[in-house]
Amino acid sequence: MSAPTEGQAPAVAPGTATQPGDPGTPGAEAAERSAGSVLQSIARSNVLVVVLAFVFAFVVGSVLILVSDVDVRAAAGYFLSRPGDLIGASWTAITEAYAAMFRGAVFDLPGARKVADDIAERGGSGLYLLGPAFLRGIKPLLETLTVATPLIIASVGMAVSFRSGLFNIGGTGQLIVGATAAGYVGFAIDLPVVIHLLVCILAAIVAGGLYGGIAGFLKARFGASEVITTIMLNWIATYALAFALTTSAFTGANKAQPTSPAIAGTARLPLLAGDQYRLHLGLVIALLAVVFLWWLMSRSTLGFRFRAVGSNPRAAEVAGIDVGRSAIGVMVVAGALVGLAGGVHVLGTEQRLTGSIAGSIGFDAITVALLGRSGPVGILLAGVLFAGLSTGGRFMESAQGVPIDLVQVIQALVVLFIAAPPLVRFLVGLGGVDRPRAPRRRTATGAHAAPVLAADAAAVAAAEGPAAPREGAHRAPVEPAADGGAQPPGPPGDPAEPVGPVDSADPADPAGTHSTVDPCGPDAPKGENA
Amino acid sequence: MSTLVQDPVPVADAPVVPVRTSERLRSWWHLPTALTVLALAALLVFGLGSPAADSTTFRLAAEGDLNPGGIVPGDVAIPARVLAIVLAALCLVIAGVLWWASATVTALGRWRTALVVVFGLLWVIAFLDWAFHGATVDVGAMLQTMMVLAVPLAFGALSGVLSERSGVINIAIEGQLLMGAFGAVLVGSMVGSPWAGLIAAPVMSLLIGVLLALFAVGYRVQQIIVGVVLNVFAIGLTSFFFGTVMKQNPQMFNQPLRLPTLRIPLLADLPVIGRVLFEQNILVYLMWIIVAVLTVALFRTRWGLRVRAVGEHPRAADTVGINVNGTRWGNVLLGSAVAGLGGATLTIGTGVAFGEEMSAGKGYIALAAMILGRYHPVGALAAALLFAFTDALQLRLGTLPTGSGAGIPSQFLLMLPYIVTLFAVAGVVGRVRVPAADGVPYVKQ
Repeated sequence: MSAPTEGQAPAVAPGTATQPGDPGTPGAEAAERSAGSVLQSIARSNVLVVVLAFVFAFVVGSVLILVSDVDVRAAAGYFLSRPGDLIGASWTAITEAYAAMFRGAVFDLPGARKVADDIAERGGSGLYLLGPAFLRGIKPLLETLTVATPLIIASVGMAVSFRSGLFNIGGTGQLIVGATAAGYVGFAIDLPVVIHLLVCILAAIVAGGLYGGIAGFLKARFGASEVITTIMLNWIATYALAFALTTSAFTGANKAQPTSPAIAGTARLPLLAGDQYRLHLGLVIALLAVVFLWWLMSRSTLGFRFRAVGSNPRAAEVAGIDVGRSAIGVMVVAGALVGLAGGVHVLGTEQRLTGSIAGSIGFDAITVALLGRSGPVGILLAGVLFAGLSTGGRFMESAQGVPIDLVQVIQALVVLFIAAPPLVRFLVGLGGVDRPRAPRRRTATGAHAAPVLAADAAAVAAAEGPAAPREGAHRAPVEPAADGGAQPPGPPGDPAEPVGPVDSADPADPAGTHSTVDPCGPDAPKGENA
Repeated sequence: MSTLVQDPVPVADAPVVPVRTSERLRSWWHLPTALTVLALAALLVFGLGSPAADSTTFRLAAEGDLNPGGIVPGDVAIPARVLAIVLAALCLVIAGVLWWASATVTALGRWRTALVVVFGLLWVIAFLDWAFHGATVDVGAMLQTMMVLAVPLAFGALSGVLSERSGVINIAIEGQLLMGAFGAVLVGSMVGSPWAGLIAAPVMSLLIGVLLALFAVGYRVQQIIVGVVLNVFAIGLTSFFFGTVMKQNPQMFNQPLRLPTLRIPLLADLPVIGRVLFEQNILVYLMWIIVAVLTVALFRTRWGLRVRAVGEHPRAADTVGINVNGTRWGNVLLGSAVAGLGGATLTIGTGVAFGEEMSAGKGYIALAAMILGRYHPVGALAAALLFAFTDALQLRLGTLPTGSGAGIPSQFLLMLPYIVTLFAVAGVVGRVRVPAADGVPYVKQ
């Protein structure tokens, strides 16, 4: 199973600032590396693809809003007589929907203003006024972070399995099992304050790990595809929970209601921002999980084994790594993390067990991990982003009557577009970058088509930090080999030359200054040289 | 998607020739052990679990059936415990035969499959006997429910067979079913005829098929990812339109329509199986036709050979001039159209309006049915019928009068297909051989 996600892992490692745009560019073209080449590497950058993916997804979302809006359809009925009406109605429908989404996800300006006016009426001013108003304004943001908490933790679990070459689709099941274990310990057992919480969390981790381990065991022992087994385990867990919630052990006194009693106060995750907000300590756990992902995959021996098996099982086996045991280990770790997400969700946000406790977190976590390219920083950003989309979507639904399902469509489209960068570039007319056999035309198209987006892309690149072009890095090992083994690819300093989206790509710059970030690209050829 | 393969020479579809191998397979004890455990469970749970006083009534023939001279008895009442013990004993005998055959490496050929099937039937009857003790099992009605529930699963599984035989993993069956159900109702209501919906359903789910082929074949994105994301996409899209357009004007866009039932005279009056086979709507007949046509087409025609070649060894297929990615495109599109028919069954086939996420995981059960059916149309149909049977059973058991029956929680029956599939992919139920190039994008060199 060669996953595109695997190879991308290094590209998102923290601190990846710049990488050579295309280390394989023959040295003869060094002189020509001017504006065209810089633009080309911009066109290849991941940031551009991500931004464009969002633009396209939101464009499709807008179309859906238009189709569903009654006013717009009414105006379309007499389009020929008064075209202005249609345009006006369309504009109103789209902007209001997206404005509501922002208001529900990030900052509630009208709400803040109302609080401010209230206090001003009662004679308050200065900090006394701004403080409460600001707190009211960021309420949606805190809610977004609350929603993001389990999503991020679960995505970390997904990322572990994706980077180890296993497709864990079993987020839902592992989440349910973790939530059930944590919830049961939470409401059925009496323990002192801190210990109770810790035991609950431990229960979630152990349960999730064991449940994930089933799929790992079936893979290692019988070679059963983890995709199928995890999907099956999702449904088994769903129905098992549904059954559990009909028994008196789980529902307590009220057996007719398929929900558990509330989690005991001693087992709840403490709130971080006061009683009005749901934000809880789980956010810190999420941050720790992200750090754990970085440590596990980039620093630990275990993570190295996992990655080795993920990128080439046969080579790993030859090197003495037990592939079967690694599969079990990966699934246990991934399941434990996803189970932890379930535990945090039930102990902090939901505070009682219901049949739909997992919601769509299990599948959303997959998309978040894909969007974040299975890296720590990426997952953090993608998790908050997706959570913001869904909290914003919920507000949009109540305020504008646009169903929250629109958000699902947008999320799915974003992931699809990001998974296929060539498609995105093709859609904006930069398809030439992807035709490797025609270097002449490639430069020409790049130079020709890029100016349209150059300003846009450069601004984005400057704002979000330079990107690491994956295609370039991916192609690197191939082209030097094609040049011939004896001849090093270009002048020694040349491949190390950073041609990121940073505009100051001065050819005279000594190679050493920028090459610190990319250990294998520039250094490997030099090593061969010496 | 690699499942353990222990066949020395994997033959894709040809009937397994009884070969006498001198060595036992490492997994020789799997099947006999599983059957013995099941038989003992039947003996202990079904046999000793049924009250001695109760009896189970099996209703075979109903009034008005074509039943000259009462050949098929109407209601048959049998003491529950006796029947269960007898059936369990027979199951044990079959398990014993298989122990002997496996241990002495006697190749049973087709007898082996037949024995397993008979075992399954006996076990299921024992189970019914126990689950319904003190009540009546209306066999005809149960089979009828099973058939209704099996059709969407079968179409979905056939969609999976079509695309996976050509080497494209199709997790997006769920989305295809949903789009089919949605398209059938939407277009059917707008035109005012279920027949328009029947045509619209496959067309609508082609949207998912096109996206799947575009990303999986065209842009070589990981196929599992594409499938999962497309399911999310389909759920979002249909729910969005359900919440807006359909809710605003259900009369115009979301009417419960129903395809007419086509009754074949005389045959439909046969007891037990008459209504199940010969009094259905066109979708059910279409399903039988598609299964037959697909079986012949995949294994007896040039097209089928090419499809399987593309799924097993795309480079070899390319070398002899077969357009690999073209074949895959074609099969994915064809498959999604077939799944669209399955989606139509959910709405215009059963006469209900569209509802949010109404496929409710049927696409994943279809996936399971395809795997359990070993990527073969007939196997997929059999597995779909099996899974639908557990679902029908669950529905029937829910309506049992209190005081009778074994009181099995419906959740466990709902879980059953997934558990069976789990064992199947683990190679305990039977070895599943995945097309060799399933999920591997092809890059021409």
